[in-house]
Amino acid sequence: MLDLLDRRLLFVTGKGGVGKSTVTAATALIAAEQGKKVLLVEVDAKGNLTNLFEHPPVGFDPREVHPGVFAMQLNTEASLREYLKLNLRIPMVGRIGPIANIFDFVANAAPGVKEILTVGKVCWEVRESVEGRADWDLVIVDAAATGHVLAQLDAPRTIRELVHTGPIRSQTEWMIEILSDPALTALNVVTAPEEMPVNETIELVARAREETTVPLGAVIVNRVLPEPFTVEDEPVFAAMSTPRAAAALVDELGEGAEGVFDAARLAVALRRARVPHLDALRAAVDLPLLYLPYLFVRDHGLRVTRMVADALGAELGL
Amino acid sequence: MTGSASAPSASLESLLASREVLVFCGSGGVGKTSTAAAAALAAAVHVGGRVLVVTIDPARRLADALGIEGIGNIERRVPDEVLRAAGLAPRGELWAAMLDTKASWDDLVLRHAPDAETANQILDNRLYENLTSRFVQSHDYIAMERLYDLHSTGTYDLIVVDTPPTRNALDFLDAPQRMADFFGGRLLRWLTAPYRLGGRRGARLVNFASRPFYQVADRILGTQFLQDIAVFFLNFETMYAGFVTRARAVERLLHDRRTAFTVVTTLEGAPLREAEFFCAELTARDYHLGALVLNRVLPESFADVDVAAAATRLVEEPETVAARLSGLGIDALADSVAVTRVLRTVGQSFRNFAVVATREAEMRAQLSRVPDVVATVPSFADDVHDVAGLARIGECLLGMQLPSTRVRADGRAGEAEHRPG
Repeated sequence: MLDLLDRRLLFVTGKGGVGKSTVTAATALIAAEQGKKVLLVEVDAKGNLTNLFEHPPVGFDPREVHPGVFAMQLNTEASLREYLKLNLRIPMVGRIGPIANIFDFVANAAPGVKEILTVGKVCWEVRESVEGRADWDLVIVDAAATGHVLAQLDAPRTIRELVHTGPIRSQTEWMIEILSDPALTALNVVTAPEEMPVNETIELVARAREETTVPLGAVIVNRVLPEPFTVEDEPVFAAMSTPRAAAALVDELGEGAEGVFDAARLAVALRRARVPHLDALRAAVDLPLLYLPYLFVRDHGLRVTRMVADALGAELGL
Repeated sequence: MTGSASAPSASLESLLASREVLVFCGSGGVGKTSTAAAAALAAAVHVGGRVLVVTIDPARRLADALGIEGIGNIERRVPDEVLRAAGLAPRGELWAAMLDTKASWDDLVLRHAPDAETANQILDNRLYENLTSRFVQSHDYIAMERLYDLHSTGTYDLIVVDTPPTRNALDFLDAPQRMADFFGGRLLRWLTAPYRLGGRRGARLVNFASRPFYQVADRILGTQFLQDIAVFFLNFETMYAGFVTRARAVERLLHDRRTAFTVVTTLEGAPLREAEFFCAELTARDYHLGALVLNRVLPESFADVDVAAAATRLVEEPETVAARLSGLGIDALADSVAVTRVLRTVGQSFRNFAVVATREAEMRAQLSRVPDVVATVPSFADDVHDVAGLARIGECLLGMQLPSTRVRADGRAGEAEHRPG
């Protein structure tokens, strides 16, 4: 069994459109059901993560969106304000506005500054919990997409290289410690059995090893289509397309027969087309792979989050 | 425009024939890159002229198919033989290029820097490397800047451009303005002023107004880091005028009548909501919203009542149908237990996809505030990775395939539609 849920900090990334947020929410749901107090952090400012719990959007202050699951949305200005208050004891109340504007400007221009406010806040929550000043058992981050997540995770090291003195530099040290500790932290990648998501996953795993010290957890393959027929049943299905069988089927089922069989052929073809991508992923990535089925459902909401959580729980051996 | 044939009503074909720039946008994972490439191919084949597609990050096989793997910023013509091998008889030329952010930035610096020394100081600065390679916003800007550059050469009748995957699909629209604000802003002057007075590498002279900022910033970031930033921007500032002029020109091109936007989406909840937001926002900001492409849509046969009735029969009482098939004297169908099992699976499989198809139809019916042109591209079995595949999508975009509810045995559905313009 994979001990993912025993860590304290899980990052979840993935290419856009593969279901990263749903898998993140499902992971939080499982952990909460294991009795953990979970902080779910949304990094991308889309603000739709809490939809998956059928809860209205949340802000920077964590809100309980489901029993045991507290969600917050990261915001670099709020993060900066908190940082200044906690670490520098600067009386900022009146002046934070203009300072934040300037900071925003510097953060846009200078590498790693925005990212460190994100990853720093997350690490801070983990450190506070590990040292007993906060009580999150697990912090789960719906992180940036594959293209940007490494810059985010590596921000403390980037800053350490660029900033030679000052409190920020010294704080990068404990952040790097948390981010590099395989007992505490894991970066997980959500993907789908399609060409681009698989390529991006392979590339990300390689780059994460080369460019960062962040330990990798698992690759979650989402939306795996079922194989409709077993090997023994395949010839039976094929024989149903022979002219005599097809004619008998139209006779029995009416004009709709063809459409039903066309759909079954589409299901087979869709599944087949994805197999090479799964094979490529297995061959190139030596991490635990967890498979989640394609769900034939209506829109996303708590019900779907629950279904994904059940499938993920089964893959984790829970 | 060479060989253009304007359609009587609004259609994607008329956009391809009348606009000079077509920008494809949408949220990640909806098939934006393939759709943009397919539209460019369709323009080259059916409309004519010299057509360029600028892609950001194509799948390797697609890049291979277009012959643009690893070529960076240089445009390449897709050889006519490649198009003919796919059974196409192009009236025009198809060109392709891939956006190389770093190379484009370097070009920009070399073009705008006052002298080689300043250019080199900028290019060698580590902040520069970070600025150009790590930041999404710089990627957005450079995509639009490159588009402007290509357009102003006048080489192409039509440029189809794919947009970078962004957290917020609107980021790239704001990029030129933000870039102009950035270099034109008082903040930059304010930040660099103390260093300016003290000389480029000299001591910092902090005036009264900015002192509180520096007191705080020093404590957070350290004096050295601030100075590094300031020196870098002092160099960068020498390019200010050129940058701002360019950013304004890029902005004008995007708003110009010759430019139209196409929003691509699937009929899934999140991408669709984003697409609707995007359509509304483009209109509100006075851009020309040309078309909406619904991609990877399941075939309409899933909504057919006869087909649904047949599926229900297979799920609920496959035994009688199985008995009939087993009696045909076909070897593979002799085992009625196996036949029953397969028939039930066939029915269930249809019902599974029908749930999704019904949701899609519902989503589509609820679409509000969409442009006149809506093109539907069906769900193909595999990712499109060759010219023939692109041509197939292109025909759907142009509404050239006959509307069909049939799924072909190879799993490729054929369906296309246009809302009456």
